[in-house]
Amino acid sequence: MSRVDVSHVTKKFGRMTALDDVSITFDDGGFFALLGPSGSGKTTLLRTIAGFHFPESGAIQIGGQNVERVPVEKRDIGMMFQSYALFPNMTVADNVGFGLRVRKVGAAEEKRRIGEALDLVQLGAHAARYPHQLSGGQRQRVALARAIVTNPRVLLLDEPLSALDKTLRVDMQIELKRIQREIGITTIFVTHDQEEALTLSDRIGILKDGRIVQVGPPREVYDRPINAFAAGFLGEANWIPQGQLAGLSLPTAQDGHRFATRPEVLSLSAEAPEAGRNGVTGRLVQRVFAGAMATCIVEVEGEAWKLIARDRDIPEVPGDGQVWLSWAPQDTMAVAEA
Amino acid sequence: MSRAFLTLSGRVWLGLILVFLYAPIAVMAAMSFNASPFYQLPFEFSTVWYQKMAANSQVLEAALRSVLIACVTTVIATALGTAASIALFRYEFPGKKVLQALLFPPIAIPWLITGTAMLILFFSIGIGRGTPAVILGHVALALPYVIVTVSARLASFDRTLEEAARSMGADTWTVVRRITLPWIAPGVVAGALFAFAVSFDQFVVSYFLSEPGDTTLPVLIYTAIRKGFTPEINAISTLIITLSMAVMFLAARYSKFGGDQ
Repeated sequence: MSRVDVSHVTKKFGRMTALDDVSITFDDGGFFALLGPSGSGKTTLLRTIAGFHFPESGAIQIGGQNVERVPVEKRDIGMMFQSYALFPNMTVADNVGFGLRVRKVGAAEEKRRIGEALDLVQLGAHAARYPHQLSGGQRQRVALARAIVTNPRVLLLDEPLSALDKTLRVDMQIELKRIQREIGITTIFVTHDQEEALTLSDRIGILKDGRIVQVGPPREVYDRPINAFAAGFLGEANWIPQGQLAGLSLPTAQDGHRFATRPEVLSLSAEAPEAGRNGVTGRLVQRVFAGAMATCIVEVEGEAWKLIARDRDIPEVPGDGQVWLSWAPQDTMAVAEA
Repeated sequence: MSRAFLTLSGRVWLGLILVFLYAPIAVMAAMSFNASPFYQLPFEFSTVWYQKMAANSQVLEAALRSVLIACVTTVIATALGTAASIALFRYEFPGKKVLQALLFPPIAIPWLITGTAMLILFFSIGIGRGTPAVILGHVALALPYVIVTVSARLASFDRTLEEAARSMGADTWTVVRRITLPWIAPGVVAGALFAFAVSFDQFVVSYFLSEPGDTTLPVLIYTAIRKGFTPEINAISTLIITLSMAVMFLAARYSKFGGDQ
């Protein structure tokens, strides 16, 4: 277990700059999610930490040692791939034991550690099977067991859950979190799924165009996005039009900041809100019922606002759909334009 | 037209093609077991030509040389071809596309021309004629076949398997030995069988590059035919064909030509 320090790393592919002067620290034993749209450089950052790419400039330290020129096979990492990359010609036990055999740990020790790793992912009974005999979720567990069996210094996960269907994915998220806690390994996790990032990690890094946009604990990044991109990428933002700012109680903000709210802090009513609450008017365009929760789209001066609330808390709107959206003043976010 | 008719006409057509392909061979094989030296009917079963062949030291020597050359060619061409395929698959380098394109013409260029060109080259650089020259020529002819079969197998190889193995601490050689080679093994075996067949059946290049009196089996057969056609040739040819077809059948099984069988 080790902390990982990335400082001023630049990585180019031809003329394309995939990582542009990236500096970020991954704490010892932390669960870190790298989040960003495709092409943001999150996978390149993970693969550069793994050692599949060498950066043009900058330094990478794992456990205080400089590794930016060390090839992947000497970095002592564990990695899980999107496709799982299980060896089709080997049994589950041989897949898990591959890294141990490479390290020549001895037959008895190898057997014991394979057993431990498979027990950890609850697949002890499947050791003799081949990957093609396993379900998607089981393959995933084998891949995880294989990545941690060598006690690597850091565990790198490249969108490991994206190939699973939704229910299985939620189960695996819980499982992954449990295992990570149990062995306390520094974990870096690449995903484009913001909910997954919020659920799993204790720190989030948002990337865009090869640069780090914002780093922090999930709640902090969600509640205080540093700019419009972060606000829109992690969760959704309703932007308050200039014309409706008058009369609202707003936080103090520097020039170049805009004000926004999150969809879940809004309430919808046919009449103007009581004093002390911020409110804007608009026209209800759509109301989508989704069981416990419902989503409303309200047009506010040309901006499409989104409200998410319990369905029973949203009143029926008579007539032409003219409504008020209101929220507590402290739920107003001041966000930098860019 | 009914389906049944189509099926029937299709079968007749297939039958005609097979007759066209195999009738001469079947006649030759039959004649190798016919007692008459002048191909006279009625057919009278005999193994006299096989006995004569077995007693002919020239034939045995040539056959042994053919097998030896084919084995050496197979080992060299398979090793070089497999290594080349992995390199072409794994690395990007300038001129890679050109190199890949240049691998295919040797299959299409008439062997007569290849043979002439090799003879001229080998003489001008001092290798001359003889068994080493024949092996060199055969390796050059067999190499593209190995690269094509191994590359075809590699095309379905998931590169993240190599990355996964490296992430677990395996060096390049371990990755190739434990992950890549097991995956491409069927392609390598098929390529080796092709290489053997190309070398063992090779006449033109062998004829150009071997020394008189030190020839391979196909060259010996050609020389024998020019002197006078005895059914002994049928016996030799039948054996060669049986061996070649067995090798080709195995190659087809391994490379899964024409789908899974």
